[in-house]
Amino acid sequence: MMDKQQLQEFIAKRVAQELQEGSLVNLGIGLPTLVPNFLPEGREVIFQSENGFIGLGPVPAEDQIDPCISNAGGMPVTIMPGGSFFDSSLSFGIIRGGHVDVTVLGALQVAENGDIASYMIPGKLVPGMGGSMDLLSGAKKVIVAMEHTAKGAQKLLHRCTLPISAVNAVDLIVTEMGVIEVSHEGFVLMEQNPDFSLEEIQAATGAPLIISAELKQIA
Amino acid sequence: MSKLISLKDAVDLVRDGDTIMVGGFLAVGTPERLIDALVEKGVKNLTLICNDTGFIDRGVGKMVVAKMFKKIMTSHIGTNRESGRQMLEGETEIVLIPQGTLIEQIRAGGFGLGGILTKTGLGTEVETGKQVIEIEGERYLLEKPLRANVALLFAEKADEKGNLTYHGATRNFNPCMAAAADIVIAEAQQVVKVGDICPDDVVVPFIFIDHIVDGGAL
Repeated sequence: MMDKQQLQEFIAKRVAQELQEGSLVNLGIGLPTLVPNFLPEGREVIFQSENGFIGLGPVPAEDQIDPCISNAGGMPVTIMPGGSFFDSSLSFGIIRGGHVDVTVLGALQVAENGDIASYMIPGKLVPGMGGSMDLLSGAKKVIVAMEHTAKGAQKLLHRCTLPISAVNAVDLIVTEMGVIEVSHEGFVLMEQNPDFSLEEIQAATGAPLIISAELKQIA
Repeated sequence: MSKLISLKDAVDLVRDGDTIMVGGFLAVGTPERLIDALVEKGVKNLTLICNDTGFIDRGVGKMVVAKMFKKIMTSHIGTNRESGRQMLEGETEIVLIPQGTLIEQIRAGGFGLGGILTKTGLGTEVETGKQVIEIEGERYLLEKPLRANVALLFAEKADEKGNLTYHGATRNFNPCMAAAADIVIAEAQQVVKVGDICPDDVVVPFIFIDHIVDGGAL
């Protein structure tokens, strides 16, 4: 059994393989921020931060922190050579305008038609959508990186029960159990973590799983 | 003529019931001295337009804790538990707006546009009560312009005329807000003489700025 950190790293490592050389990528807060740690050696991916720059770099050493350079979660980061700063209007022009190749986000629920709920649990937890709705409507590819269930409760569903952030937006879901493509027919299991049986993965999923003819083990 | 004024004179321009815009993203690029002075003065019943509600001890979050807002229009309140509490207990009206929509509503307000059309929020609760317009077969939400009585901005440097420069990720909402309020006050970390900022480096031209406050280093 993986502990929480191992599980998140497992997911982040698999997501990293999806990011192509030279692509512009926006990472949501939380688990998605781990993804750059697992990029294959030598692969150059450009990260956008919606608070206003491209060329997001790694977390600086304590004595190198610049309070004016932080990511969209407010954490200190650095900017890579060739990067640039800009204001929020340009930043969201990049996002809505279809210039972001991939966004990696967490979710509370994803439906088999690609609907995603990610910004509120009414009456309980209402953080707000931040830039996620714009990313969901503007990015060319949407990858959801999350744990397969929430303390046992299904998150991959026939229909979302929480308020949604976007309609029909999710392309790929990566969890500790497998990699699932959202197709016109519903959830298609493309890759399986061999630590879980197909029956276990289906039981943790609130909609029928189509098993791909080319089902592989998660590498 | 220098636009430099004291902190006290600056916050006296904000009155009970005003709508204010405040620059910053999770308190990066926020005019902290102006916020502290407003909290000390104790203005009431304000409407806030800001990317987020900061933290309980940083950025506009300090004003949330001091219960200075009757309404907040923002994209995110998750880093300030007091905003969530005030929302859930019905003390403060909180309108959640997608970040890219919020910045464009402000830009529209400042740049003479009657609104903007965006796909963001279609099919979600954000669509509720809004007009959907179809352009060449594609559906868009009509989002209306936003303006404020006073904008409180941050800058790295200001010259005495009000030309502003920025460092790092501090621009965020500041440049658009500069155009979208009746009174625009910029708190600069450093105030320099006119001519000391190269025209190539000016991010916000002085014509938008009414007053400057010397905020000193962060």
